[in-house]
Amino acid sequence: MEGGSLYAYALRRVLISLPLLLFSSMIVYALVHFAGDPLRDLKGRNPPVPEAVLDARRSALGLDKSLPEQYWNWLTGIVSGDFGPSIKGIDIGQDLQVRLGVTLRMVVLAMLIAVVVAMLVGVLSAVKQYSPIDYTATLLGFLALSMPVFWLAALLKEFLAIRLNQAVGKTIVYTVGDRTPNLEGSFFDKLPNIAGHLVLPTIALAAVSYAAWSRYQRSSMLDVLNSDFIRLARAKGLSKRRVLVRHALRCALIPITTVVALDVGAILGGAVITERVFAWHGMGEMLLTSVNDQDVNRLLAWLMVSAVIVVLFNLIADLLYAFLDPRIRYA
Amino acid sequence: MPDVTTPSPDMVAAGQPGPGTDREFTVRRRSQSSLVLRRFLQHRLAVVSLGVFLLLVVLSLFGETLWHYKSTDITDDLSVAPSAKHPMGTDSTGHDLLAQVLAGTRISILVALMVAALSTAFGTVFGAISGFYGGRTDALMMRFVDLLLTIPSLAILITLSTLLANGGGDPVTIALILASLSWLSIARVIRGLFLSLREKEYVEAARCLGATDRRIIFRHLLPNAVGPIIVNATITVAFAILAETGLSYLGFGIKFPSTSLGLLISVGQSAASTRPWLFYFPGLVIILIALTINFVGDGLRDALDPQQRRVRA
Repeated sequence: MEGGSLYAYALRRVLISLPLLLFSSMIVYALVHFAGDPLRDLKGRNPPVPEAVLDARRSALGLDKSLPEQYWNWLTGIVSGDFGPSIKGIDIGQDLQVRLGVTLRMVVLAMLIAVVVAMLVGVLSAVKQYSPIDYTATLLGFLALSMPVFWLAALLKEFLAIRLNQAVGKTIVYTVGDRTPNLEGSFFDKLPNIAGHLVLPTIALAAVSYAAWSRYQRSSMLDVLNSDFIRLARAKGLSKRRVLVRHALRCALIPITTVVALDVGAILGGAVITERVFAWHGMGEMLLTSVNDQDVNRLLAWLMVSAVIVVLFNLIADLLYAFLDPRIRYA
Repeated sequence: MPDVTTPSPDMVAAGQPGPGTDREFTVRRRSQSSLVLRRFLQHRLAVVSLGVFLLLVVLSLFGETLWHYKSTDITDDLSVAPSAKHPMGTDSTGHDLLAQVLAGTRISILVALMVAALSTAFGTVFGAISGFYGGRTDALMMRFVDLLLTIPSLAILITLSTLLANGGGDPVTIALILASLSWLSIARVIRGLFLSLREKEYVEAARCLGATDRRIIFRHLLPNAVGPIIVNATITVAFAILAETGLSYLGFGIKFPSTSLGLLISVGQSAASTRPWLFYFPGLVIILIALTINFVGDGLRDALDPQQRRVRA
């Protein structure tokens, strides 16, 4: 493998991502344009609002221009960090920054936990195939795969956390919100509070994501364990343990990177639902309120940011995959 | 010198034992479908799951007419815990929860089956065309799929639900909305399969005989892709049940007067601490449906796709 070709490959992947984002911005814009009417609130008022007011509002929001022109203005704005006016008078950029931090905190932590647990469980149940461990893991995996995320979240909240807190006599795990309002103090003062709020949503989100990944990890490990080079390694006299750690694991952990990256969109969706259960003020709330308010620019900002996250994760997975697996051809 | 182009009589006998061939032992001829059925029946969990799922379907179809309450009936028992009269309890307006769960199960399964049928049909044709033609057509079609996958599907579903159904509504619209995204993964799988299938000799043979592309795709290739198609359709049913639940929970799915398991849970969740039965029972039924379908899908995968079995004989 030449070092240069990996860089060329990386550059090419980055360059492919840009048009992908551009086209996805078009789809998003068209979708929202036809789905939402930012003037719905105004039009529905009683007594009816005079047409002149509607016109003034239209031109203030730039709705009097043609669709391509509106799209162009919005796109050039977004590239320079201006998400356009919100009909509720919210500073979208600033709002987004805060909410993104709140949600990513949960999403990244849940993904990390889910990946690590999925790898451990998947590898273990492949090595001990058809053992009680394997059957238990399979059963639990299928159970998590078949569970609506909000049902699990509500179960944790109503029947576990509240009882746990009552038993201990003080609140260890919080069930409402992402942090206590008006939380003051230094970073280390705030940490236990934020962590206490993070526990339940993260567990719920990680549980539903881990299931599919551990199934995948199990089958990819079995694939490797049954391949010829492992048989050769055993045949030439290497110990079982050494074969497992040095030969099998290295190959078996590669494919899961792609699966995890592809699932980022689904996890963001799951986060929307989880946040709703725990009344978080994150991206999920932003999506739901902006749809309900028909706040077009806020919804667009949400969709574009999540598209960027998904594309970014896929890019990272592509590069990681190429870096980890020398068999990948850069053509 | 042996003729390498035509298989020797031994090979024919080993592959397909025909009548009148001398053999040391006789092998009963089995058709492909009976082999699949045998393999499926060996998967105990899948068979039991199929039974449970079919039972749920039958119950949801006929249970409400047999049960002495209808889902729309309002009884005098308000917020009653599960008892002999109301095995799943009642809600605060006096609806019998068992009758409601039966009605909700019917709608949820109906939606899921519609989604699976629609998205399998469309995804298969889309993937088949993309994989069969390859090249630029394939690149264009697959980039379109990639494009739709860049936005979290839940957000598209919510937006579409606002656009088409005014934020939720009847089961058919919700099924259409869910199907509009769930065909993507099926299209990807079928496309990958067709990319390899089209290189097979029998395709070349069919083409030499003058078969049209359409004939090759639908008569020669599609039957060879039936296994993965069925497995994916099964998984889509489980996906659709859960997705409908999620949408209804957020308030963008099925709405009253229709009901669904997702809607029942979202109502029940608000009273989870005081009337937990409203939350437990619909949720358990959803898990039961999704779990049995996932097990059936697993069994079908093993039965239809023996190459995918990770165990070496």
